[in-house]
Amino acid sequence: MIGIVDYGMGNLRSVAKAFELLGAEVIVSGKPAELSAAEKLVLPGVGAFGDGIANLQRLGLSEFLHTEVFENKKPILGICLGMQLMARRGFERGRHKGLGWIDAEVKRFQVEPFGLKVPHVGWNEVELGGGNPIFKGIRSRSCFYFVHSYHVVCTDKNDVAALCNYGYDFTAAVRRNNVYGTQFHPEKSQEAGLKLLKNYIDM
Amino acid sequence: MLKTRLIPSLLLHEGRCVKGVRFGSFRDTGNPVTAAKIYDAQGADELLFLDITASTQKRDILFDIVARTAEACFMPLCVGGGIRSIEDIRKLLLVGADKVSINTAAVVKPQFINESAEVFGNQCIVVAMDVKKNEEGEYEVFTNCGTKSSGLKPVEWAKQAVEFGAGELLVTSIDREGTREGYDLDLIRKVADSVEVPVIASGGAGSLQDLVDGIVKGHASAVSAASIFHFTDQSIIKARTFMKESGLDVRSMEIR
Repeated sequence: MIGIVDYGMGNLRSVAKAFELLGAEVIVSGKPAELSAAEKLVLPGVGAFGDGIANLQRLGLSEFLHTEVFENKKPILGICLGMQLMARRGFERGRHKGLGWIDAEVKRFQVEPFGLKVPHVGWNEVELGGGNPIFKGIRSRSCFYFVHSYHVVCTDKNDVAALCNYGYDFTAAVRRNNVYGTQFHPEKSQEAGLKLLKNYIDM
Repeated sequence: MLKTRLIPSLLLHEGRCVKGVRFGSFRDTGNPVTAAKIYDAQGADELLFLDITASTQKRDILFDIVARTAEACFMPLCVGGGIRSIEDIRKLLLVGADKVSINTAAVVKPQFINESAEVFGNQCIVVAMDVKKNEEGEYEVFTNCGTKSSGLKPVEWAKQAVEFGAGELLVTSIDREGTREGYDLDLIRKVADSVEVPVIASGGAGSLQDLVDGIVKGHASAVSAASIFHFTDQSIIKARTFMKESGLDVRSMEIR
């Protein structure tokens, strides 16, 4: 069963529907007691970093997720804001402490010298790193859908699972052991995205 | 490289797709969920739903359409029309929208752009502006489906909207809308050159060349079109091929 963490931030339904279409049993909940039945977790999210972290804490989810991920070793997939929250710190509208699972900071795009627009919205090619089960069967440089103004900057390059270029290379996906994250939205990336989610179910 | 986006737009009225000319004389063009599935299968980069249903009682139909589309189409959805509160936005995101387009409410209360960007992030907030030339022959922003003059000049309003937190601008020429005469490139370019956020060109695309012009001459980041897909034999597939052959960097659908 896939447990989708409901912390009041965004597009849970799209994520849930995608997993259901792919044949997974899904539970969408903000209650640790209900989510603990899941073998794998998904932390989706659309919104601002500060609100995201505040909601996770208020619902008692940050502690619960920490136990699930680090003691029970359950895989977790963070999507967009969900991945960003896994960093140590975020700088969206102020400075906020993140979950700290990935040694990284979340910073705004600096693309003025390149004359590029922020947010980074649309389909972009993603250079997929090797050996990652969630990328199995997907060609590197396939296109995924992004919609964000901030991106993760990893301290440890080993945590970077995929790169994308917008003015400069930035982290499009992270992985550290059982912690996975994508800056793009697989649930909105048509065939490529559904394949990635199917891989997550099957791994 | 970020790809140039091609965005079919679906105008909705009481649960049906409609298409008009210059914001009037609407014709029924079919079932929105069916249309969305076709655009999805053809690889549209995003879908734009704009609801012009006047009656607030019938607005729940919109949530149902977005929900049913999002159950079948795993692609980006932007939804607008009658959005006035944080709660409206929350409901749309919950049923599967990724971005919302705010028009009249943003003009009436620009602070609303800021409030919604604060909660949902500015990448989620698209400010739509409907523009036509007024009696003095100058561009002016109109609200309430093009019926109400706002006194705002498009470039100034665009800069303000971005200042307030708009993450993207949808710029529609009322004079061109539904005419298939091509985008108002002068308008689109003026707005696109004055802001740091992406601009979606809208209103008037009648040929595949118009789509290319919107990007190359209008400096837009994305092009939206409706009539060309409703009333001609052009499809998303043909449009993407044409854009690619014209030298634009469009998305490749290959994943294996």
